Amino acid sequence: MIHSLFLVNASGDIFLEKHWKSVVSRSVCDYFFEAQERATEPENVPPVISTPHHYLISVLRHRIYFVAVIQSEVPPLFVIEFLHRVVDTFQDYFGVCTEAAIKDNVVVVYELLEEMLDNGFPLATESNILKELIKPPTILRTMVNTITGSTNVGEQLPTGQLSVVPWRRTGVKYTNNEAYFDVVEEIDAIIDKSGSTITAEIQGVIDACVKLTGMPDLTLSFMNPRLLDDVSFHPCVRFKRWEAERILSFIPPDGNFRLLSYHVSSQNLVAIPVYVKHNITFREGSSQGRFDLTLGPKQTMGKAVEAVLVSSQLPRGVLNANLNPSQGTYTFDPVTKLLTWDVGKINPQKLPSLKGTMSLQAGASKPDENPTINIQLKIQQMAISGLKVNRLDMYGEKYKPFKGIKYMTKAGKFQVRT
Amino acid sequence: MTTMQKLLQLPVNAVNIVKTVQSQVQGQEEDKSPVLTPDNAQQAWYSAVQPDELRHLRSGGSGGGGGGSGGGSEQEERGLQEEGGGGGGIFHTQPLRHDDLKEMLDSNKDALKLEAMKRIVAMIARGKNASDLFPAVVKNVACKNIEVKKLVYVYLVRYAEEQQDLALLSISTFQRGLKDPNQLIRASALRVLSSIRVTIIVPIMMLAIKEAASDMSPYVRKTAAHAIPKLYSLDPEQKDQLIEVIEKLLADKTTLVAGSVVMAFEEVCPERIDLIHKNYRKLCNLLIDVEEWGQVVIINMLTRYARTQFLNPNINESLLEEGGGGDKTFYCSDEDEDEDEEKEKQAEVSALAKRKPYVMDPDHRLLLRNTKPLLQSRNAAVVMAVAQLYFHLAPKAEVGVIAKALVRLLRSHSEVQFVVLQNVATMTIKRRGMFEPYLKSFYIRSTDPTQIKILKLEVLTNLANETNISTILREFQTYIKSMDKDFVAATIQAIGRCATNIGEVRDTCLNGLVQLLSNRDELVVAESVVVIKKLLQMQPEKHSDIIKHMAKLTDNIQVPMARASILWLIGEYCEHVPKIAPDVLRKMAKSFTNEEDIVKLQIINLAAKLYLTNSKQTKLLTQYVLNLAKYDQNYDIRDRARFIRQLIVPTEKSGALSKYAKKLFLALKPAPVLESPFKDRDHFQLGSLSHLLNAKAGGYQELPDWPESAPDPSVRNVEVPEWTKCSSREKRKEKKVEKPFYSDSEGESGPTESADSEPDTGSGSESVSVSVESGSPSDSEESEESSESDEDEEEEEKEKKKKKKEIKQMQASESEQSSEDDRKRDRKIKEQKSNSESESDEDSESESSQSESSDTESEVEVKKKKKVSEPKPPSKPLKKEKKEMSLLDLDDFEPTPSPQVTPVNTFLSNSLVTDLEGLSLSDSVLSPATIAPSSALKNYELLHRITGEGLSVEYCFSRQAFSPDANMVAVQMHFTNNATSDTKNLHIEDVKLQSGMRVKEFAEIELLPAGEATTAVMGVDFCDSTQAANFQLCTHTRKFFVSIQPPVGELMRPVFLTENEFKKEQSQLMGMNEISENLTLDAKCRNEHAIVQRVTTAANLSRVPCGSDKECRFAGKTVTSGSLVLATVATKDEGAAQLTVNCEKMVIGTMLVKDLLLALTQ
Repeated sequence: MIHSLFLVNASGDIFLEKHWKSVVSRSVCDYFFEAQERATEPENVPPVISTPHHYLISVLRHRIYFVAVIQSEVPPLFVIEFLHRVVDTFQDYFGVCTEAAIKDNVVVVYELLEEMLDNGFPLATESNILKELIKPPTILRTMVNTITGSTNVGEQLPTGQLSVVPWRRTGVKYTNNEAYFDVVEEIDAIIDKSGSTITAEIQGVIDACVKLTGMPDLTLSFMNPRLLDDVSFHPCVRFKRWEAERILSFIPPDGNFRLLSYHVSSQNLVAIPVYVKHNITFREGSSQGRFDLTLGPKQTMGKAVEAVLVSSQLPRGVLNANLNPSQGTYTFDPVTKLLTWDVGKINPQKLPSLKGTMSLQAGASKPDENPTINIQLKIQQMAISGLKVNRLDMYGEKYKPFKGIKYMTKAGKFQVRT
Repeated sequence: MTTMQKLLQLPVNAVNIVKTVQSQVQGQEEDKSPVLTPDNAQQAWYSAVQPDELRHLRSGGSGGGGGGSGGGSEQEERGLQEEGGGGGGIFHTQPLRHDDLKEMLDSNKDALKLEAMKRIVAMIARGKNASDLFPAVVKNVACKNIEVKKLVYVYLVRYAEEQQDLALLSISTFQRGLKDPNQLIRASALRVLSSIRVTIIVPIMMLAIKEAASDMSPYVRKTAAHAIPKLYSLDPEQKDQLIEVIEKLLADKTTLVAGSVVMAFEEVCPERIDLIHKNYRKLCNLLIDVEEWGQVVIINMLTRYARTQFLNPNINESLLEEGGGGDKTFYCSDEDEDEDEEKEKQAEVSALAKRKPYVMDPDHRLLLRNTKPLLQSRNAAVVMAVAQLYFHLAPKAEVGVIAKALVRLLRSHSEVQFVVLQNVATMTIKRRGMFEPYLKSFYIRSTDPTQIKILKLEVLTNLANETNISTILREFQTYIKSMDKDFVAATIQAIGRCATNIGEVRDTCLNGLVQLLSNRDELVVAESVVVIKKLLQMQPEKHSDIIKHMAKLTDNIQVPMARASILWLIGEYCEHVPKIAPDVLRKMAKSFTNEEDIVKLQIINLAAKLYLTNSKQTKLLTQYVLNLAKYDQNYDIRDRARFIRQLIVPTEKSGALSKYAKKLFLALKPAPVLESPFKDRDHFQLGSLSHLLNAKAGGYQELPDWPESAPDPSVRNVEVPEWTKCSSREKRKEKKVEKPFYSDSEGESGPTESADSEPDTGSGSESVSVSVESGSPSDSEESEESSESDEDEEEEEKEKKKKKKEIKQMQASESEQSSEDDRKRDRKIKEQKSNSESESDEDSESESSQSESSDTESEVEVKKKKKVSEPKPPSKPLKKEKKEMSLLDLDDFEPTPSPQVTPVNTFLSNSLVTDLEGLSLSDSVLSPATIAPSSALKNYELLHRITGEGLSVEYCFSRQAFSPDANMVAVQMHFTNNATSDTKNLHIEDVKLQSGMRVKEFAEIELLPAGEATTAVMGVDFCDSTQAANFQLCTHTRKFFVSIQPPVGELMRPVFLTENEFKKEQSQLMGMNEISENLTLDAKCRNEHAIVQRVTTAANLSRVPCGSDKECRFAGKTVTSGSLVLATVATKDEGAAQLTVNCEKMVIGTMLVKDLLLALTQ
């Protein structure tokens, strides 16, 4: 399966390598660099590259390419999914997954990789188990480690891998028992020129942070579970129970995890929280273009639309933009031609607008492409699909935990064509 | 203190000053960045390590992109180091040694050792060579400190291959570890031992793996499974031994091991599919609990397995598509292998075959059912694995479920999207409908990476059809305006493909593309020209103005491919543009020398074509062009010119070919087919690397084609196949232990055991053997009666009790059995059959009865008739009957009814049950099958001896569940060959049925010797109607038209209801659904038992317990639709009675009333 792993940074240096079987020379990455050069954008490097003796499967995360070397047939998604899991684990351990962080923690990284794969086949990928094997670096522990000269390797051998519930370690203890659930929904939409919705869907996730003592067994029920169209679960969720009763029943992992992600697709259920009035024109023969953008709240159920950020990739011919925002700040990068406008909160009384002119390259003909506008936003305390958690119960333990549920709506891939 | 010590001690070289400064700088950065707030202390460690590490970083890191790192010798490193910029100068004189590290490793302080190991690991991580430290490191393998140990292991695994001799020093430590009481230490020792690629230790590894494979701890066994492929890659010679271990581990029941061992199986012996048989059901059932990575591997393997073991569920459709090849395959019903084998031989009976429904193997169904929940997995690889499984294995109607899950994956990382879209693109070609509802999910966003955009475009194009083309084209219009030019070009091609595939929009598309010709972007125009050319080729006559328009474009378009395309078009269709073409040639001749090669070639072509059609105007031009071409730099063009001149310009010498010049050049060219690049990619297993690359990757296991006929499905049964042969108790016991594990329901071992114990007793299972041997119901009844006569009254009570127990057990087993797959049952029956067969040799009684029956067939018939007309003996004799039966085969009680077994024993058991009902009205749920009080079964004549030319056939409704299809009525046929010659190849042909009815014919009877008799069971789905099933009964010489008409009472099967349930159901079937009739009971049938007997004889109903003795209630369900049928006989004084039938199906109800009336009054 996975033979070797190379970590390549944005400038094309291999800064870490790990081999699980016999050593593969790093020159194999030359094929990868070749492909990288051919691709115009970093994300356009093909994830799977075939070389005479090996196959390279790579993922790009945090501007680092994780290049896995494969020698024989293996489902590519298997490798890709695993590499993403590696990145997630790094992120979990070090807070971020940057080149610097990896270099600083190279021993921990190595130990992690050693545990995660055996002979190229995934061994332990659950973060709970890994954390038992290798303690994540914390301020205190690193301090102690420096003084005592110990590492992050767990003193005791883990039991998690052998427990009945492979994702939860045994003997968890907290003084404050808390369980928090965040229902986060993202709206993916394409709005066409005239403002009508071409496609819209809601992608939701329930992220949980559970810090409960012992082996709690939780059930979470919804007021309107029928909304959920397509769900995928953390392995802890009992699927049969969901099928039969639409109730989430699970023994949670310890700490942070994603309980489920779901999909609400029926379009009439998707409320579009903002509208955009736009007027972006280039006149033939003139070196000027007009830019006029107004945002307004649409269906927000009385909640404020916050953290609005508008970005648009202007045509290559645009040299500069001279705009005037009614609120917030805007920036235009003349190199990448990326216009971003940080709007902030939308005030329904005074709608934010961005008006002004764009200067074009003199003599160049009018660009015939129209920029699309991408919008990010946040609405607190509301799940736009209307999903509501009914109740959360705990069985199997005696204490009374603190339970908290938070709703949030965000714009996902929210695009307005002009 | 250690820190201080380190800081003082470690920075041995001059660089460290620089380093500390650097580290400070770095430290500041870190403080600012939110990255690692904690890392103040880590930093301190970092700075301590840095001098050394950085030195290495310099030396290699800067030379990074270049080649060798692994085997890099010191020499090489120094070379690199010199190249390396930065502070490299300092190192020039410093030889690369690791004295300090060696010193630290040799010290007796764990902290120092650890520090050294950390640095060494950091070096390895950066790809630096640390092999010279091997002796120093390997000494520490026995270190007590677990952390040091771990890092030493890392080092060992990395360098052992290079330093084989030294690596051997460590082996004993691992061997000790393998004996450790702690399972984790055992596992880790095995893991490292097997990771060391040193050939010498292969035997040691083999031994360790074998031992670990039978370890108590599943974790160690898992590690053993992981070690198998490692050893295999080290020494393929060990394959045979490893397969043994794999076989052993495959039988493991823990989820922890399953994934790993299948992985090992795939790497070592993927061709040994036979190893999977016995574990198939277990794997299916465990699947959901296996960890996600294991799931992927198992699912992929099972896909391949299923392709070799089951039949194509879409066989009917594919057959229609292919126009009816391979009739044979139709015959395989997977249910009884005997039938299959025989059926294969009668391939000629194709007409029948086509109507025959495909029956999915329950194991096939099991796989589909158990993988479906995994579509909900969070792991994209698992979802993809299930998706490909469904795509390759599921019936067409069911494949749709995967679409939703795949569309969900499109939300994931772009790499995941990339792979998923590739697979979706392949799927959309075969099964477009599946993704049509999700069309909008493939709409393209401007922020998608180009490779994703192009794949989405591919999917959209594949999904386009008459209904959605307008929406798709509107989307395409937006895409054409995109800034991403590669994407625009792909869109234009997509439009072209839509236009060729969907005739209605061809003109629209063409017009749209023509408009694009005026686009400012040359790439767009060029792409459009190429696509238009392809489209025009399909119907050139209609579009001469487009050709004209394009001719004008030659002035502007510079892209060679586009110019060449235009020229080709004009040349090809010069008749449509007779005026313009010569002018274009004139212009081209002018610019000939400046054109690209590809354009030049087309100019020559154009000239040639014009010369042939319009030589008057273009003769000179052509010669000019040819002359220019003659001196061109490109030999291709010179060759072409020379060739064309010879061909078209008539000279004295010109050969025979010139006559055909016109034909050569102006031949009708077939229109190009614009095909998806994903067409036919599904011959690779979806989701595989090979599929993605569209080329076979190393180690790819071909997805086998469906077998023509299903291989023996019984191989998956957990019992050893040669069960019947094995007589030793121990052996059977072994199997027994295994068995409950595979079953769905827990605690079935009881019944299983009873089934198992059955053959052991060996005391004549008379009734069974008789029924099997003679087969005819009448015969069996006969023998029974004879046995009745020597009943033993004394033991009555005792036996009754025993019997009761027996029956309960039997019921339990049956209910469990019926919920289980039918196959198991079949198997058992067969086993019993063979058992009883062997027994019958010893059992003279049964033999004699058999011979008797076959000899005096007519006599039997007479007797039978007599018997039917006779009233049933009252309860007491019945009890005796039962007792008698138990006397003989206490242990051999047949627990599994089946069509093969004649009704004798059921008759007994059923009457028993009816009897028992009075005794125990317990709540215990009794299985409907056992309760069926099928009394004497009527025999009907299908074929008379005289019309059948010696062959006589009778049939009766055995009232057994027809195991291959629960919706069918089992019809038991009894063939007797009264002729003097053998009858061969008895089978059914040319079934004529009312719509909706179905027949499952019996397996062909190859030979029926003269004077012999045999039985067979066929299933008929009468669709709850009394319409006859007509068919031909064929022998090797003759065909007989026969028909089976069921009495209405046979169209139902008994159900068990309690009194309350009965009342409740009855109250819901009032009004039109209720038919009542007053009657006077026959004189002989005024007691309760007689009524029960008569009703149950007339109709396949079961008695419902009832508190009052004035009422008898019966319940059943129609076989096909499952509508409830309730009958009540309320007796009054003087033989008066009221019969009430409640049934949703009024026709059935009415007919049933008639039949019951007849039965009760006669």
